[in-house]
Amino acid sequence: MIELVIAERCVRCDACVDICPTNVFDAVPDAPPRIARQEDCETCFMCELYCPTDALFVGPDCEHAEPTDEAKILASGWLGQFRRDSGWGEWAGDPRYRNEHWRMDGVFLRAREMNERR
Amino acid sequence: MTGRSTYSEAALSADVLVIGGGLAGTWAAVAAAREGAQVVLTEKGYCGTSGVTATAGPGHWWVPPDPQLRAEAIRRRQLTSFGLADSHWMARILDTTWRTLPTIANYYDFSVDDSGAIHYRSLRGPEYMRAMRRLTEDAGVRILDQSPALELLLHNDGSVAGARGLRRQEQQEWTVRAGAVVLATGGCAFMSKLLGSQTNTGDGQLMAAEAGAELSGMEFSTYHTVAPVFSNMTRSMSYAFATYLDAAGRELAIPQGPDSTRALARELLKGPVFCHLGRMPDDIRAVLTRISPNFMLPFVRRRIDPFSQPFEVTLRGEGTVRGTGGLRVIADDCRTTVPGLFAAGDTATRERVAGATSGGGAQNSAWALSSGLWAGRGAARLARERGQGSERPVGAIGGAGLRPRQPAAAGPSAAEAIAAMQGEMLPFDKAIFRSGGKLKHSLSVLDDLWRDLRASLGGRGLALAKARETAALVASARWCTAAAYIRKESRGMHQREDAPQLDERFARRLLIGGTDWIWTRFDEPVPELERAAS
Repeated sequence: MIELVIAERCVRCDACVDICPTNVFDAVPDAPPRIARQEDCETCFMCELYCPTDALFVGPDCEHAEPTDEAKILASGWLGQFRRDSGWGEWAGDPRYRNEHWRMDGVFLRAREMNERR
Repeated sequence: MTGRSTYSEAALSADVLVIGGGLAGTWAAVAAAREGAQVVLTEKGYCGTSGVTATAGPGHWWVPPDPQLRAEAIRRRQLTSFGLADSHWMARILDTTWRTLPTIANYYDFSVDDSGAIHYRSLRGPEYMRAMRRLTEDAGVRILDQSPALELLLHNDGSVAGARGLRRQEQQEWTVRAGAVVLATGGCAFMSKLLGSQTNTGDGQLMAAEAGAELSGMEFSTYHTVAPVFSNMTRSMSYAFATYLDAAGRELAIPQGPDSTRALARELLKGPVFCHLGRMPDDIRAVLTRISPNFMLPFVRRRIDPFSQPFEVTLRGEGTVRGTGGLRVIADDCRTTVPGLFAAGDTATRERVAGATSGGGAQNSAWALSSGLWAGRGAARLARERGQGSERPVGAIGGAGLRPRQPAAAGPSAAEAIAAMQGEMLPFDKAIFRSGGKLKHSLSVLDDLWRDLRASLGGRGLALAKARETAALVASARWCTAAAYIRKESRGMHQREDAPQLDERFARRLLIGGTDWIWTRFDEPVPELERAAS
């Protein structure tokens, strides 16, 4: 579930307010958005993908909110991980984060062959 | 509607209104606009992130236009449709998908594989839906995000005149009068925590049923997908390498493929089940995040190495998302039995292409794209004949969750009603191992629940939207359960412990509809040719 809006990184673009499929955030004038309806979060990580400054953190648990220490998350290297791995924003064109989704068919085939051999 | 006087209204008029901005809805809107129609698209969440495509990686059903290859692909799918699919529609989605996907190359950066070939069939969800939003905008479609539809508007003759809903961030109502309406609100997964499905609550099916539309195949709603027990990350690819263990660490014999669900569910009913992905080869691990960037997020953030550390798993129900039930469409342009109303994507039944077995992501994506295009085009053509009709009188027809019959009556809250519905729809012993007795009991619980919420459930603003969603969830639950009870046999994904065999008398589609009173009717047998193939 959505756990943190990190004020020092937020540029108040309100992209998360606009794009959240379940309307979790409320825009606040001259301030970072507020997590207004955490219980509605569907843990889809889309807000992290659309946040241009990696100011959002979605926890891994889809059932329960978890106390989350902002300092630890800032140090974790997890902020922006999904946006970077997706090759969005400044990561576009970086060969390390190329979209190789097309390999999925081949992966399924490999698995089938391995399972048939078992 | 409660609170009407306190909210301002946005009143729009269009040739075509598309309700739902996922894969099917965006394709429908684009197709209608290309026919010259003025189009409004409304989306409960955000067109681009909402729904089950944006969080996934659709690999469309993709067969080159070689007559033999196509015929063979269709023949293979006929075998698992158990007589309920239709080769004409399968051929159509193969053809439409093959012709259409390459046309978005200016919006989606298609991959070039190691041999230099362009890969069209398999797209990454967030990028695909981002592309579809841009394509939709560039086609001139007006998009209303964060704008759940609440009910249809009808003319006196019963034909569709538009819809009404809520702009939930502005606390404002919207009304769109239109010459034709396309429903593309997705399937219904009963809020099971299937990835991306929290907004897929069956809203379109309820709105259509209130207008008299028919549904079909709702009993084919038992598909499940594995996920870590703490997570909704139902990305299935990596589980093709899964090793499953019981609590004592003994390996469980879980077959791969379509039989894995029932075997896993049986073990989950006995106790916790664990899993590791240690059989995934190193070269695949190395590119895993480039294939699916979201797959590893829950593991990394729980500090679990899924390749060496067993983690507890569960199954997430897919309801009618990767089930095949939905609104019945009666012509090639995906019109429903209600004049002016069209259905596309998971809102519509996918029996025509998948029959009694889930078409999985591949057929579902091809269907969403194709049915969207056909419905959008059909709606635009009809609207051209009918006009926008905005001068004619209309009535709003929404019932449950919007207009309680006894608002003062004590009844379940939305949260209580959802919990009660889930108590019948999510437990594996009820959802997967069906029997007449269990279904009959569930149906009586759900009928009582419907009667209680019909009497008292309503609200204002966000609470009103929640109440309406709740009614839609319970409506889909009742149709799925009633259809499963009536189909007293086992066919495809619908397996009954009290009727474990295929019964030729039931080799036909089961239609269902109604809200306060549910009716069912077996359709005419599908053409003999189709059945002979299976």
